[in-house]
Amino acid sequence: MSGSKILELQQIRREFVMGTEIVRALKSVSFDVFSGEFITIMGSSGSGKTTLLNILGCLDKPTGGDYLLDGVNVSRLSRNELARLRNHKIGFVFQAYNLLPRTSALENVELPLFYNPELTTRERRERAMGALASVKLADREDHTPSQLSGGQQQRVAIARALVNQPVMILADEATGNLDTRTSYEIMALMQELNQQEGKTIVFVTHEPDIAAFSSRTVMLRDGKVVKDSKNENVRSAKEALAALPPAEDY
Amino acid sequence: MSAFNLILIALRALQRNKLRAFLTMLGIIIGVAAVIAMVAIGEGSKESIQSQLSSMGSNMITVLPASNVAGGVRIGGSSYQSLTLPDVLAIQRGAEHVSAVSPVSSTKGQAIFGALNWPTTLQGVAPSYFDIRKLTINDGIAFSDADVATAAKVCVLGQTVISNLFPSGESPVGKVIRLNSIPLQVIGTLAPKGQSSFGQDQDDIILTPYTTVQKRILATIYFQSIYASAVSETTSALATDEIIDILRGTHRLRPADENDFQVRTMEELIKTLSSTSSLLTILLTAIAGISLVIGGIGIMNIMYVSVTERTREIGLRMSIGARELDILLQFLVEAIIISVTGGLIGVVLGITSAKVITLTLGWPTVVSQSSIVLSFVVCAFTGVFFGYYPAQAASRLDPIEALRYE
Repeated sequence: MSGSKILELQQIRREFVMGTEIVRALKSVSFDVFSGEFITIMGSSGSGKTTLLNILGCLDKPTGGDYLLDGVNVSRLSRNELARLRNHKIGFVFQAYNLLPRTSALENVELPLFYNPELTTRERRERAMGALASVKLADREDHTPSQLSGGQQQRVAIARALVNQPVMILADEATGNLDTRTSYEIMALMQELNQQEGKTIVFVTHEPDIAAFSSRTVMLRDGKVVKDSKNENVRSAKEALAALPPAEDY
Repeated sequence: MSAFNLILIALRALQRNKLRAFLTMLGIIIGVAAVIAMVAIGEGSKESIQSQLSSMGSNMITVLPASNVAGGVRIGGSSYQSLTLPDVLAIQRGAEHVSAVSPVSSTKGQAIFGALNWPTTLQGVAPSYFDIRKLTINDGIAFSDADVATAAKVCVLGQTVISNLFPSGESPVGKVIRLNSIPLQVIGTLAPKGQSSFGQDQDDIILTPYTTVQKRILATIYFQSIYASAVSETTSALATDEIIDILRGTHRLRPADENDFQVRTMEELIKTLSSTSSLLTILLTAIAGISLVIGGIGIMNIMYVSVTERTREIGLRMSIGARELDILLQFLVEAIIISVTGGLIGVVLGITSAKVITLTLGWPTVVSQSSIVLSFVVCAFTGVFFGYYPAQAASRLDPIEALRYE
């Protein structure tokens, strides 16, 4: 717990109208996230974690309560202002990678920078190369997603999330499509970004296994926080990776 | 987002789907190429019609003596004598929009060769008359300025005269005929011209230098008329004004005086010409419109499919910071790039196919710049118009749903 409050959630409610029924996806959720934290949000399906993720990612606005991202009250922003906020403050990592097909890794990483008008072409390229290097894929810059493995694709996606130097990386089941070994590789990368570069990471998952790598876990059930605990002995993904039986060659 | 970034994003998106981008473009390419090729064919035939009409003398201007008032009595126009050689020379020198001018001094008479004779018209003219009336020499030669200077006793015969004086088919060139009592050596024959639009036999004629008629037959310094040809049909009116100015000068008319001559043009022919060409233009514009609309619908269709197919991409772009406007512009620019590139290729293809048509089928084609500019502008506009709705649909997607779209 190194720094200032990055996220402040104050009695966040989110309700959906489905026909005549009102579905309460989030019922007064409050917690803060501090800079440099690696937090996992856990919950089974229907617990409201996707809704919470959408709100955290500024894709959706709460029905009630206040959400402050880096000091900005998101609830009061327009769609365009939200887009700008996403561009500057949040780096998304998705379960399905969401890379553009038939587009090189470098161009995929560059993508968020196109929506940042202050950058020149050269700065964009340099930053994208830097981000690719930080996920150890600098030598794959001209590979298209179909030429990369699942783990590599997710690393490109992480590079894309890093490239705009966001205050927070928001990962949505980022290891959901990967096997155990690759999942651990991704988690090792996440831990490295968190510990060495001080990136704040919010990781949404339903796998307790993955949560063990984080420094704090928020557990949701039926739209409420049922547990918010610090992880005293954070498992090292690198060590977990080393402990796995050697990969079969195929 | 800067325009450069926008174009780069759109280009990369198109690059990912080269075949589809090309197929979409194809509609525009064919549309534009068809418009340009068709307009080229239309313009080509218009020009050949125009040259045919010109051969009928659509740019011909006739100057006739006019009625005038002499002591309160109006004198009939045709009998009034006012046109002289200085008038002709002044027109030749001073009128910019006149390409050729010739006086006409004619008389009627009996042409005689051997035992045969035939009543016909002897027209004394200058050599430029052949150009003005689009007369061609069939056999032999036409007379020259030297013949005019010496009032040479030479003539060129029309086909009707030939068939009456030389029925056996022998060549009249070199023979000497008589008109009334004047012997004239035949130096050439005219190609048949047929009947004029007024029912006159244009082949029933003998042409001779005007000096020959003036000095040897009529003994006069006046001409019955002056024929001139304007540089083109369109300058006919300008040429007419010039001739009027010049003749008022040479005739020393005061501003209050009535013209003692009249200038006539082939107005009806000119009108026919312009109405023909405007009809062609309307027809081809309609074809242009239809083909480009079809191309545009193609773009719209593909862009809609593309928006559906790329829903996740749109969701992703929104999640990493694209605003609604960014998405709208991206798809719009994609549509415009498709239509403009298609338009450019279409222009090249259209010009090429016009050339190929001329080479293989021998049809005259004229690629007009206006058709290129018009079809290009229309197809760029088509891109904007038909690209807008799909682009708007894309920009209004909800990023959450778009990201989860399967």
